[in-house]
Parts: sequence; C-alpha cells; structure tokens
Amino acid sequence: MALLNISGLTTVFETATGPVGAVDGASFTLEAGEVLGLVGESGSGKSVSAFSILRLINPPGKIIGGRVEFGGRDLLSLAPREMRAVRGKDISMIFQEPLSSLNPVQTIGAQVMEPLLIHTSIGKRKARDRALAMLYRVGIPDAESRFDVYPHQLSGGLRQRVMIALALVCEPKILIADEPTTALDVTIQAQILALLKDLQSELGMAILLITHDLGVIAEVADRVAVMYAGQIVESAPVQAIFDDTAHPYAAALINSIPDRTRQARRLIAVKGNIPDPRHLPPGCRFAPRCGFAQPSCVTTVQKLTAVDPTHATACMRVQAGELPRPIPTLTPELPHG
Amino acid sequence: MKHSMFGKKLKMRLGGGIVIAVILMAIFAPLLAPHDPYDQDLMSRLIPPFWNAQGDWTYPLGTDNFGRDMLSRLIYGSRLSITVGVAAALLACTMGTILGMWAGYSGGYAETAIMRLADAQLAFPDILLAILIVAAVGGSALNLILVLGLSGWTVYARVMYNMTRSIRERPFVEAAVSHGARSAYIIRQHIFPQLIPVLTVVATLQVAQMILQETALSFLGLGLPPPTATWGNMLAEGRDRMWAAPWISNLSGVAIIILVWGINMLGNGLREHLDPNQRGRQ
Repeated sequence: MALLNISGLTTVFETATGPVGAVDGASFTLEAGEVLGLVGESGSGKSVSAFSILRLINPPGKIIGGRVEFGGRDLLSLAPREMRAVRGKDISMIFQEPLSSLNPVQTIGAQVMEPLLIHTSIGKRKARDRALAMLYRVGIPDAESRFDVYPHQLSGGLRQRVMIALALVCEPKILIADEPTTALDVTIQAQILALLKDLQSELGMAILLITHDLGVIAEVADRVAVMYAGQIVESAPVQAIFDDTAHPYAAALINSIPDRTRQARRLIAVKGNIPDPRHLPPGCRFAPRCGFAQPSCVTTVQKLTAVDPTHATACMRVQAGELPRPIPTLTPELPHG
Repeated sequence: MKHSMFGKKLKMRLGGGIVIAVILMAIFAPLLAPHDPYDQDLMSRLIPPFWNAQGDWTYPLGTDNFGRDMLSRLIYGSRLSITVGVAAALLACTMGTILGMWAGYSGGYAETAIMRLADAQLAFPDILLAILIVAAVGGSALNLILVLGLSGWTVYARVMYNMTRSIRERPFVEAAVSHGARSAYIIRQHIFPQLIPVLTVVATLQVAQMILQETALSFLGLGLPPPTATWGNMLAEGRDRMWAAPWISNLSGVAIIILVWGINMLGNGLREHLDPNQRGRQ
C-alpha cells in the first residue's frame, strides 16, 4: 500500500467559455521514503496536481474528480477542519519563491514556530526550542542570532532553508516541493537539493519533487512521472526514464537537454507548443508534435499502462511494441544548415 | 518630488503637540477654566477680549450674550469635540475594518453584500444622513457618536477591503494555508498587522473629519442642546451678533481650526513617516 495514492485526479478552471482542464485524470503513487519527481513543461499541470493534493486550489479552480488516498482516507472528501489538520502536519509544501512565501513583516523564528503552534499544544518556549533546532538542522549557521531577523535580511539560499525548516518542523510524512530550486543560482541549487536528500533519509519522509529540470530529477529522484497537457504520460524508476524511455514526449524532453558531446550546434527543442487546453486532440495529446505519430494516434484515447512491473507509458505504439525502447533520437532538421 | 513646507518630523511634533494640548485641556477642564462655563451674569454681557480697549482681564477672552466666560466655555467645549471625534472614529474604524477584511478575505456573497452597501452609503451625503438620524432620535453625545461612527465606516471598509484582497493573493498567505492555518488565524497573524500603518493614518485623519461634522451638526442645532458648551453651539450663538460681538464666533471658529489643522498635520506626518517610499527623507 503506497503512502499516497492518487487516482484519476481531475482539476479544472472555470472560465467564461466553460471549464478548462488543468489536470485530467492523473494517477500516481508515492511510496514511503521515496523521492518522486514530477516533470513537465510550463502549463503541463504539475503544480496544479501538487496543489490539488493539499486542496489549495482557489476559485475559479475546482477539483472535480479522482481520489487522493492518504492513511486510509480520501483527502478530497475530508471536512475543511480535518484537511487543515493534515496540512503542515502530515503533508507540507515548499514553494518556488522563498521571499514571497515568507511573511515580510514577521521574524523567521516566529514563522518557523507557526506550524507547531497551529498543530500542537506545546507552549511557546518549547516551540521556540524546536524551531531553533530545526533551523540548525537545515543548515542555517548561527540560527540563534538569526531567529529574530526578517526574511529580507537573509540571502536567497538561507530563505529557502527557512522555508524548508518551516515545512519540516512538524516532521511530516510527505513533503511536496514545488520547483524548490528554480529561483536559486546553480551552486545554491545543488546545496538545497543535497539538503533535501539528507533530510529525507534522516526523517524518513517521502518527497514529491515538482520540476521542469531533468538534471534535478537525475540527481535526487528515485522515480519519475512525466506530465504532458494535464496527463501522466510515463512513469518509471529514474534510471529507466533515461535509459529505457518509453514515451516519445519523455524522449523529446531528454533530447532537449544540452549535451556537450553532441555535435549539433543548435539545441534540439521539442517542436511546437503545448496544446491549448480548450482545443485538445481527441486521442494522444502529444500526437501533433510527435515524430512517431500515426493517424490513429490522434483519434484513439490512450491510457497509462504498465509495460514492465515498474514502468508505465501512455503511448499505444510503445505498448503495442511498434516502437523500440529507448525511443530513438530523431535527427532534427537544422533549418539554416 | 515637491518638498512640502514642513518636514515630517516637524509636522508630527507640531500636530501631536496641538492634539495632546487639546486632550489635556479637555481632561483638566475643571482645573483650567477660570469660571464656571454655565454661570450667567447679565451685568457682564458681551465683554470683548483683553486686546480690545473695553476688555477686562477677569474674562480674558470676553463673555457671550449671557455673560458666560468665553475662555471657560472654549475649554469645556473641547471635551465634546474630542470625545465625539475620537469615539466616532474608533467606532467607524472597528466596524469598517472588520467588514472590509471580511469582504476582502472571504469574497463571494459577503463581499457583494458589504461592498454594495458601502457603495450605496457613499452615494448618500454623510452629513445629510447624520442630520436625518439626529433629527429623528435627538441629539446626545452617544447619538452623535453612533451616527457619525455608522456613517464613517465606508472609508475603512474600502481601504481595508482592497488591501486585504491584495495581501490575500500573496504567496505567504497561501503558504500559511498550506501549513494548516485557519482563516481567522491568517487574518489575525498575517493580514491585520500589515493593515495597521494605513489604519493609523486613516483613523487620525478621520478624527478631524468627525470633529468637523460634529461641529456642523451642533451649528445646525442638531448636536447637544444649549446651554451645553460645544464649539459648534458657540459658533451658532455668535452668529446673531457677528457685528456687535464678533469674538464669540471667531474664537470658537479658531478653536475648531487649530484642532482640525493639528490633527491633519499629525495624520500627514504619520502618513509620510509610515510610507516606505518616503523613508529616509527628512
């Protein structure tokens, strides 16, 4: 039994022209103690999926279907009060932009104490001690004297450490990290990822890591789910995603990573754009951009199906054995020679 | 950027000084007033102030039509102005802030109901509304406070509504939700503290508005009935003798002007002091 079991999650945004689907029947599981990477390009629905797990979708957004099972309960059917007890205690979240996610007029110490004061009945003194211990644990040097400073007085890396301390102070079972390193420079990114990895093994929690950066995935994830236009198109152990790619979209993403051994001077971008969610192809949503698409791909609805015990793809041509694994690299046309 | 005539520190000191002086005057009126403000003496009617040739130091600022000491009446008059101004502004502030934050935070029906009510009330002249109500229920200090307070909440509601809405959309509020915080907790811990600086400024400036409205109502005979010493009443009483005894209206008018000017000065100084864009300026 997985720690977190998401099935058929569907989230839409109401617009003047009718509901627009952001997440469409996404299913994935998160096992205790693992790091699951959720990758996809902007607008693929990965952040919306993460926010849907904690029911942080604000109107006009709405979760209209699916189940999010955690600890034998469906989070989507909990009363608001029960849901609040889960947030920050069992499942917490860190965000992309640490500066705007911290209250500018509260000291960082007060903010790290906040989840403890909300979820436990320990007094302020004990909460302060635990918050301070957590600040030291996330690697804030001299946390004692930084306890009463304001977020703007810290560097970007330290702010993200404060966010992590804030999310982990109640020792949750699951941490959802929404692009935790996107706003940081590369050396700090590496430090933060190493910290997350350390804390994960130390506290034994599971991490759902949302990113568009396959390099980050390769570094820290145990398993990967690739999202495209609101659907999961491939899920596999991290090594298999790179070595045994089973969906043309995942293959295209991997191909677009700059590689110094490759001779082509131009980056191999995925052709075209993510489809308009109001006018999706009836079948495979990637078909219009896919180098391997056949006419039937566009019209046939394709389901995420296991091709190995640990490996699932939504591509019917791979499922039928018509395409080799890993999906071969298509030589890109270089328009200007 | 245009530099104002006074720096913010001078404004706050000058305005604050005037306000504190008037408040002290109101509190210690019995000790300061040289005469009983209600003591009529028909033998010494309409004595002009000391700077006039016929002036008399027994009544430094002269006497009115009933021979009452102007200085004592002015000192006692400050009590009503300060009480009504501050209490009405506090009432308006509390009501408007609660309703504005509620509308801004929860949205939906509460937002529509509260903000449309505010719009409707804004479309109606405050003073007219106040006149109608006071004419119906009668003038007493409590009624004045209630009427002015209830007619003044819209300013706060609008300001707090807009600020709450913009703060509500900021990621740290969403982060607080993700830590399991209740709405009441978020409003108390994350939204309200950020509203305090603006609230202070709006409330200070509104005290001046409230005092002016109270005086206007008193002047129109809708405030506390005579012989109560209020600045508005004195202004009205002096109107009949503008030519013979101009000091009655003039002195009460000057008292109103000084207090309102002082409060506005204090409010503007605070606004500049609390506005981050103005920080570092002198």
